[in-house]
Amino acid sequence: MRDPRRASRIVSYILLAPIAAFFVSPILWLIVTPFSIRPSLFISLNGFTLNNFARVFQNRTAVNAFRNSLIISVSVVVLVTTCALLAAYVLSRQDFKGRNVLLYMLVLFSSVVSGAAAMVPIFILNLRLGLINTELGVILTLSGGIMPTALFILKDFFDSIPRTYEEAALVDGSSPLQVMFRIFLPLSSKGVIVIAMLVFTQSWSNFLVPFVLLRSTSKYPVSVAIYTFFSEVGVPDIGMISAYAFLYTLPVIFAYVLIERKFGFSFYGGIKG
Amino acid sequence: MKRSLMGRKVIVFFLIPALSLIFVFLILPGVWVLKIGMTNETLTGPKARNPDFVGFENYAKVLSDRFFYNALRITLLFVLGSAIIGQAGLGLSLALLTYRRRRLKSFIQSVVILAWIIPEVVVAYLWIAFLDKDYGTLNMLLSAIGLRKINWFYEHPLLTIIVFNVWRGTAYSMLLFSAALETIPPSYLETAEVIGASSWRKFKDVILPNIRSYILTDLILITLWTFNVFTPYLLTGGGPSFRTELLSIYIYRTAFRYFKLGYGASIATIALLINFALAMFYLSLSRRKRT
Repeated sequence: MRDPRRASRIVSYILLAPIAAFFVSPILWLIVTPFSIRPSLFISLNGFTLNNFARVFQNRTAVNAFRNSLIISVSVVVLVTTCALLAAYVLSRQDFKGRNVLLYMLVLFSSVVSGAAAMVPIFILNLRLGLINTELGVILTLSGGIMPTALFILKDFFDSIPRTYEEAALVDGSSPLQVMFRIFLPLSSKGVIVIAMLVFTQSWSNFLVPFVLLRSTSKYPVSVAIYTFFSEVGVPDIGMISAYAFLYTLPVIFAYVLIERKFGFSFYGGIKG
Repeated sequence: MKRSLMGRKVIVFFLIPALSLIFVFLILPGVWVLKIGMTNETLTGPKARNPDFVGFENYAKVLSDRFFYNALRITLLFVLGSAIIGQAGLGLSLALLTYRRRRLKSFIQSVVILAWIIPEVVVAYLWIAFLDKDYGTLNMLLSAIGLRKINWFYEHPLLTIIVFNVWRGTAYSMLLFSAALETIPPSYLETAEVIGASSWRKFKDVILPNIRSYILTDLILITLWTFNVFTPYLLTGGGPSFRTELLSIYIYRTAFRYFKLGYGASIATIALLINFALAMFYLSLSRRKRT
């Protein structure tokens, strides 16, 4: 006890150990159960098997939902990244009238119109447009919601590129679109990858939008499919659900590790919401 | 005069795809909800096709709706318990306990972040499994040390979703506060150490004044997010007997289970106005910080 630093170190371990256990325990189940021979709600590995994964691939709803999730997320990524790139380019380089008001309105609306409350008018909008129970409705709704965030991050990236670069190119006679693809895209490729990853994880993980807008089981993405699996009446197939959840979670973890490698976690701290 | 790099046509052409998507699927619904909230539109039946304009009738009804007050009360407790006390408190504690200890910090952060990024539906099932009354890991551990098994979702439903949401969302506060602590010049703390200040005095007199603006930012943002959270629905469905029915869940039930779209929209309007107030507060704050 002579050294107060050492004492405070020990105290911090005593405090941190239960907190770490609190955070790890529920997740442990997701890592162990998919490989367990007799999967249960209790965390226990009694023999290793890949049988649970095999059952996922035999389940038509599960496989179908994977395909649907992929279609939805990839479409949202392509749509949002492309649109946001073009708009961020202009917003970064052109100081037109009303630009700041526009930016302000975008931040405001993107944080106000969210959650279940926003789903009421969004549902009615999709109803009027004939987009209920279509993947297109889900794709457009998700895109509109994520777009402002994507736009802001890309604008920040573009803001950091010196103006002299594109001025030289424009003097040479390049069109704005060429400047965009030949100069901005290569210089901000890191930013574009991060945006694509973020948009992907957000649309891949989203539950509420497809849950409210879709009706037929055959159109469900994985998020809604998993919910129906475990909320169904009857005995849920725990092994299959855990393996399915495991496979569904992997791409998200992968994407975040990639983002972390490139920028560190503090980067997306302000934008996940 | 500054030479323009792009013509007007190019500006419009580049902006239109993004802005039209944002306009139709974000701004329009946000404004339209005001009008829908003044109708008696339903999803099925005669009022689905031809809803009547009922003015402020819905709002009058909301004000005497005991489910609304129940949801508001639960939401308030949920935000207070899980965000303001739970996430901010735990986030700050974790940031302090791991301050200037790189390896420990990166370990704790990755675990906390994992809870934050796993898709919500998976997280919900992890907690259903973890808290199951017969076979859940927590109850198995309790009974192993000779304690009674507890049916968490029935005996302590609100506490359960509060603890769940602390687990789910602490990452943001921890990351923000960890970053905030890095902005304090080390010499401040060293000076305090030299004059023999206690940990509490160091916290109160050196750390707290220096991270005050971060704390306010954190509190507003997590309040806004927690207010809109829907994940508890996946755990409890709002039950038992509405004891975990947050405002978001009540809106969902009204609009999409009972198909009362008009009435649901009027409650949604109230929720969105609360969002609006919080967002304005946040924006005015971050603006002041910049100037």
